[in-house]
Amino acid sequence: MLGALIIVFREAIEAGIIVGIVLAATKGAPGSRLTAAIGVAVGVLGASLVAAFAGALANALQGVGQELFNAAILSLAVVMLAWHNLWMARHGRALAADARRLGEEVKSGARPLFALGVVVAVAVMREGSEVALFLYGLIAAGGTTSADLLLGSALGLAAGATLSAATYFGLAAIPARRLFGVTSALIAFLAAGLSSQAANFLQQAGVAPWFADAAWDTSAILSDTSLIGRVLHTLVGYSDQPSELQALVYAATLAAIFALSRTFAHRAPAPRPAPAGEMS
Amino acid sequence: MTPTFRLSVIALAAATAFCAATAARADDAARVQLSIKDHKFDPAEPTAPAGKPIVIALTNLDPTPVELESKQLRVEKVVAGGGAIVVNVRALPPGRYRFFDDYHEATTFGFLVVR
Repeated sequence: MLGALIIVFREAIEAGIIVGIVLAATKGAPGSRLTAAIGVAVGVLGASLVAAFAGALANALQGVGQELFNAAILSLAVVMLAWHNLWMARHGRALAADARRLGEEVKSGARPLFALGVVVAVAVMREGSEVALFLYGLIAAGGTTSADLLLGSALGLAAGATLSAATYFGLAAIPARRLFGVTSALIAFLAAGLSSQAANFLQQAGVAPWFADAAWDTSAILSDTSLIGRVLHTLVGYSDQPSELQALVYAATLAAIFALSRTFAHRAPAPRPAPAGEMS
Repeated sequence: MTPTFRLSVIALAAATAFCAATAARADDAARVQLSIKDHKFDPAEPTAPAGKPIVIALTNLDPTPVELESKQLRVEKVVAGGGAIVVNVRALPPGRYRFFDDYHEATTFGFLVVR
């Protein structure tokens, strides 16, 4: 049972943290909970489908269907996260100028909730498909141990949900004025980490054979399969043996998001002292 | 949601372009054939030449799924019960590279011996 708990929890860590961050980033926006819930539901459905067709997917596109599929959905998540941050940069300056108005603008519904809903769905689908496969395996194996293992799996999922809640409440405790800055930074690092994972899948597919050597090896100091390593893997994309390409893609994504956010923030309307301020 | 849609299309188009590029993959890779039965890799210590790209073909003879994983080989791929996969590995210097089934990491593993 413990084995099943650990396997399921391990897979639930990444999705759990991402859902927690998304909930915190959209705190107070109407429909954000619903969007996250729909994201989770779509993710679970997607995960079940991916697991059910794992064989067909693996054999698609000359045997690299699984890698390219993973790279594609991770890229989609990166684009959505980047879009969210650019939107926040565009509007955040005006919002930060007046903490009270912050609520109104956010509540106007203009926020790219859809983008973050997609991110939740992708996160749940990616990690969930491995859990679903594991559960299929248990059912396929049958026998008396299955019930025990299913119980372990349920506990593992519950532990993942707890981690998600802890992430959310931890972030939600940050004052509203600071929360945007913190979640935007978290999302930028999250996006960089996911883009590095996408690069890894493209390398596995053999379509990006450049810079394949390990950029560094810190597995002796902090293994990315340890609990802390896995949490850091999600939060900032930590990898103990990334390829050089992964490191480059990571840095490029982070730099691009920060540079674009800066550009957008400068183009955003200046903070308005009076409600009837002019748009530049 | 037009911008979202446009961005999604760009992302998918990029992915498709990469798919097309796979057709041009090198055919001179060394091939390693593996199977897994009763949660044991066979052979447990396959060999491959150094300095050449390697293609590992894994056939899963068990009814349960396996996730072939290796940090050093940078491989992470699921194979369904009764299924088969191929994975691409970059050209490697000589050494022993551990790989394992992520669902049974402690008991189901092997080493790719590159010389």
